[in-house]
Amino acid sequence: MVALEEQIDQWRSYLRRRQAIHSVDVAELEDHLREQVAILADAGLATDEAFLVAVKRMGDLDALSREFAREHSDRLWKQLVVSPSDAGESQAAARTDAVVAFCLAAAAAVAIKVPALFGMQLDEDASFYARNLCFLVLPLLTGYFVWKRRLNPSTVRWLAIAFVVAAVFANVYPFDPDSSTEALTALHLPIALWLVVGIAYAGGRWRRVEGRMDFIRFSGELLIYYVLIALGGGVLTAFMVAMFDSIGIDPEPFIESWLLPCGAAGAVVVAAWLVEAKQSVIENMAPVLTRLFTPLFAAVLVTFLGALLWTGRGVDFERDLLIKFNLLLVVVLGLLLYSLSARDPRSPRGAFDVMQVVLVVSALLADAVALWAISARITEFGFSPNRVAALGANVILLVNLAWSAVLYIRFLRGRGSVTALERWQTDYLSVYAVWAAIVVIVFPPVFGYD
Amino acid sequence: MEINKDLIAASSTPVVLAILAEEDSYGYAILQRVRELSKGRMEWTDGMLYPVLHRLERLGHVEARWEVAASGRRRKYYGITPQGRAQLAEERKQWQAVDATLRIIWRALVLPVPAGRPPSAAPLPQGA
Repeated sequence: MVALEEQIDQWRSYLRRRQAIHSVDVAELEDHLREQVAILADAGLATDEAFLVAVKRMGDLDALSREFAREHSDRLWKQLVVSPSDAGESQAAARTDAVVAFCLAAAAAVAIKVPALFGMQLDEDASFYARNLCFLVLPLLTGYFVWKRRLNPSTVRWLAIAFVVAAVFANVYPFDPDSSTEALTALHLPIALWLVVGIAYAGGRWRRVEGRMDFIRFSGELLIYYVLIALGGGVLTAFMVAMFDSIGIDPEPFIESWLLPCGAAGAVVVAAWLVEAKQSVIENMAPVLTRLFTPLFAAVLVTFLGALLWTGRGVDFERDLLIKFNLLLVVVLGLLLYSLSARDPRSPRGAFDVMQVVLVVSALLADAVALWAISARITEFGFSPNRVAALGANVILLVNLAWSAVLYIRFLRGRGSVTALERWQTDYLSVYAVWAAIVVIVFPPVFGYD
Repeated sequence: MEINKDLIAASSTPVVLAILAEEDSYGYAILQRVRELSKGRMEWTDGMLYPVLHRLERLGHVEARWEVAASGRRRKYYGITPQGRAQLAEERKQWQAVDATLRIIWRALVLPVPAGRPPSAAPLPQGA
């Protein structure tokens, strides 16, 4: 009889893998199977024979699951937040996860208002908030992963130290009012601290390429979810304004000082939870968008370079030129990263890979043109902190993309693997964080807190 | 003789509803009853009954409940609803119309249907 139980267990687990057949259905079918086995055994068959006959009579499982899928087509749309199908431990775990995530999101929403208790107002002390925003939100996000990944205390201690040290540097420097080094600090702190979040996210796998790659995937999905939540929040806000205006109540002070900041802070944790919860549920969005936009961006860049050559015009030097090209490189890097993250390392090279190389190389050429324009005139304008920071970021991105292009071309020519490219990208993550830390820690004193 | 898949699929609703109209039942017993009634001529793949039952449940023709059977296992029982009875009456009318049409045309055809046997001896499906 033990053998029969084992066989039924196997059959059951095989059936459970079918998306359209839920566990209640499996229970129903199992009851059927057991009755059939019992009756065949009574008729004189050995239990294993009876089992085989009963399974055969049940029908081909592919056809069966197709039939179930036709009847329960909704089940093919994997449900994200509520999963009524599978009872038991996994559901309880999912619920605990949701509760913890929402508690932390609420804590983030509260944390964002804590400085207000000490008289710091969002509009009047904007510079304080700009410098400290990430300390009000990111520790809670990190806390979620500390809980989720069950990080050991020594790692947690290091993460906490990183946050404290960053908070000290952000707040001890005597910045001049409206100084650009302060703005640079506010901009670069989140980049540096995102690495801390990543270490918590990877939970001990940070040293491995896969761990960091997962973090890259997580970051992209988080961004997409955050944007979606923000769009939803925008619709909610618009309705609120319209409805309360109609009864003569102005909701804007509430929206500005409560709904917007608290919602924006809480949404970070909620988005992270959604990414975690759906990780295995739905196809990731970032690679899909990458597939759509890589050819389009490549076409735009190639056309741009063509126009540059055709007209013989140089790039006009202007204040924001470097920043624009930095953003371009970031987008190209994102397209490269997220097509890489979804790529099966074993799949052969194809037209999309060629497209990717065209994209990267044309972005490099465009950036080289911009750098040429800047280098010709930077001495004239002088080295302001903003310019040095932008130049540094540009060089870092340029180096990354240039070596990526080399690795990619090697792969296309059959002399390298995608894994090498993956390793390069994931190793490079710490370079961004180190550069951001340099901007936060070294720039203010060097440029006289200006 | 085996009845083809399309006919089995088309007749599954009235057959299942009629069996449930006799008394509440569960999957395995319903299949046994089908075999018994059709004398083994309607051979259903066991698993395929369940999507049919689930469809009837979704449409509100049958209601399901879990009970603990004598064997100690949990078993899903199905029972017909008033709406299901109305549906059964409707299906019955339609099948009778099909059956009546076929009877007339069989009589008009003077072809000997099964080889060697007179047409009058061929058993007709029990539609009425």
